[in-house]
Amino acid sequence: MISFKLNGQRVTAEPGATILETARFFGVPIPTLCDMEGLTPFGGCRLCVVEIGDGEASKLVTACTHPVQEGMRVRTASRRVVDARRMVAELLLASCPQSKTVQDLAASMGIHRQRFRQEHEDCILCGRCVRMCSEQMMSGAIGFQGRGRERRISTPFDRASELCRRCGGCIQVCPACELRCTFNEPERAVCGGCANLSPPCVDHGQFDDMQCYMDPCAACRMSGA
Amino acid sequence: MNTAEIQAIVTKHQGKPGEVLSILEDIQSRYSFLPEDALRFVADRTGHPLRDLYGVATFYKMFSFRPRGKHLVSVCLGTACHVRRAALVAEEFESKLSVRAGETTPDGDISLESVNCVGACALGPIVVVDGHYFPNVKKASVKSIIDRTRGGLDRIDPNKDPRVFPVEVRCPRCNHSLMDPAFPIEDHPSVRVTISFGACHGWLRLSSLYGSFTIVSEYETPADTVCHFFCPHCHAELLGATSCMECAAPMVPMVIEGGGIVQICSRRGCRGHLLDL
Repeated sequence: MISFKLNGQRVTAEPGATILETARFFGVPIPTLCDMEGLTPFGGCRLCVVEIGDGEASKLVTACTHPVQEGMRVRTASRRVVDARRMVAELLLASCPQSKTVQDLAASMGIHRQRFRQEHEDCILCGRCVRMCSEQMMSGAIGFQGRGRERRISTPFDRASELCRRCGGCIQVCPACELRCTFNEPERAVCGGCANLSPPCVDHGQFDDMQCYMDPCAACRMSGA
Repeated sequence: MNTAEIQAIVTKHQGKPGEVLSILEDIQSRYSFLPEDALRFVADRTGHPLRDLYGVATFYKMFSFRPRGKHLVSVCLGTACHVRRAALVAEEFESKLSVRAGETTPDGDISLESVNCVGACALGPIVVVDGHYFPNVKKASVKSIIDRTRGGLDRIDPNKDPRVFPVEVRCPRCNHSLMDPAFPIEDHPSVRVTISFGACHGWLRLSSLYGSFTIVSEYETPADTVCHFFCPHCHAELLGATSCMECAAPMVPMVIEGGGIVQICSRRGCRGHLLDL
C-alpha cells in the first residue's frame, strides 16, 4: 500500500491507483470532463489538475493520469489549482457554450459571465468518443487528426469507415455535440432541423455513406437541410 | 501502388520502436506522397489501426496525401519569421507560382507549403527549398529563389566540389580498362559498360567522376529498372556479392586503378554506391 497526504490528511492507496481514483474513494471532489468510467485515462481536458510537491518544486498534474507515489503531498483545492481549473472551465465554455455539460461545470465553479469570445465549436477534443469507439465498442473507426488549430476528430480520409457499426457510442458519450441534438442555437445548428434526441444516423439504414462526424452530418441529410 | 515495395519498407522497420514514423517516411520519400492504398496496407500488416496511421500522417507537415512536385518550397511562418513579415514572402511565392500554400504547380515542378518553424529563427524570414536554407528572405528575393529552384539546387560543380574526383576503373574479370577517352563526360573519359534490361541491350557511359551521377546511354532506361551490367570486352556480367544498402538491388563492382573497388547500384535512379579503397 502506498501512503501519501491528500489535502493534509494521511491516506493509503493501492500501488498503480491514480490520484483521481483515490480522491474519489475518500470523497474529495475533483471535477472531470474527459475522464469516464470504463475508458483509459486521457488527461486531455485538464480540469482535474491538482498540485503536488512543495514550494518551488510544486507543480500541477492531471489527477486522472498521475499515479499515487509514496509520501507525495496532493492539494486538490489550493489557490493555484482553483485558478487553473477556473481558467480551463472558462476556455471550455468559450469554445463550446452550447454544451449543457460544460455549462454545468462552469456554473459549479462560480463562472457566471463569459470573459472570452464564444467560438461555438462542435468539439472540445476530450477524446471520449475515440476511446469509446476503440476500447468499449472495439471498433476504432474514428481518431484524432491534424495538429494544433487543425486538430479534429474524424474517420480516416474523411470517408465512411468500414469499421463503424453505427452503434452511436461516440454520440452517447460526447459532452459537446449536444447542440445537434438539443437544437438550442438555431443559427449555428448543423442540421437546422433535427430537434431530435435519438441520433437518426444510428437507426436508419439509408446513410450508408454518412457518419455523425462527417460534414454535413447524417441528421442534416435526413431532414434535407 | 507496388505491394512488394511497401512490404519491403514494412519489413525493414517492423518491430522497431517508432516503426510507424519510419515506414511512413520511407513511403513518402518513395512516392512523394502517401497513397491511401499504401496506408491501408501498412495498417493491415503492422496491426496499427488505420485511424492512428492517419492521425500520425496528418499530424506531421512532412507527409502529404497528394503527390508533391519535384521541388518542395517551405516558407516558415513561425513567430520569429512572422514578425519579420514572412506573410508577405509567402504571398509573393503564391502569386509568383500561381498556387496556394499546400498546392503544387500544374507542371508538377514546385510544391509550396507553409511551415510553423524550421528551427532557424535568427535567420528569419526563412525559406527552405529541398533542404537548402535561404535566410533573410525579402519579397524581392522570391523570384531568384524560384529561378534557382527550377534550375536545380542540388546540381554540383564537378570542377570545384572537393568531394568529386575522377577514378579510372577496370573490369574485375578481364582487367581490361573500362575507360573510354573518345567519349568524355564532364571533361573526363567516361566509363563504358554494356547493359541489358528487358529486350534492350546496349552501351551505357557513366561519368568517371566519383560523386557525379551523370550517365549517357543508348536506350533510355525507365526509372527503377534493375539492369544487368556487362564488361564490353570480355562480356562477363559485372556482378558482385553485395546488394545495395538503399534499395537492395545487386551492386555492380569495378576495380579502381591503383587498388580498391567501387560498387554502384544496378537500379536506374538509385544513387547507392560503395567505395572500398
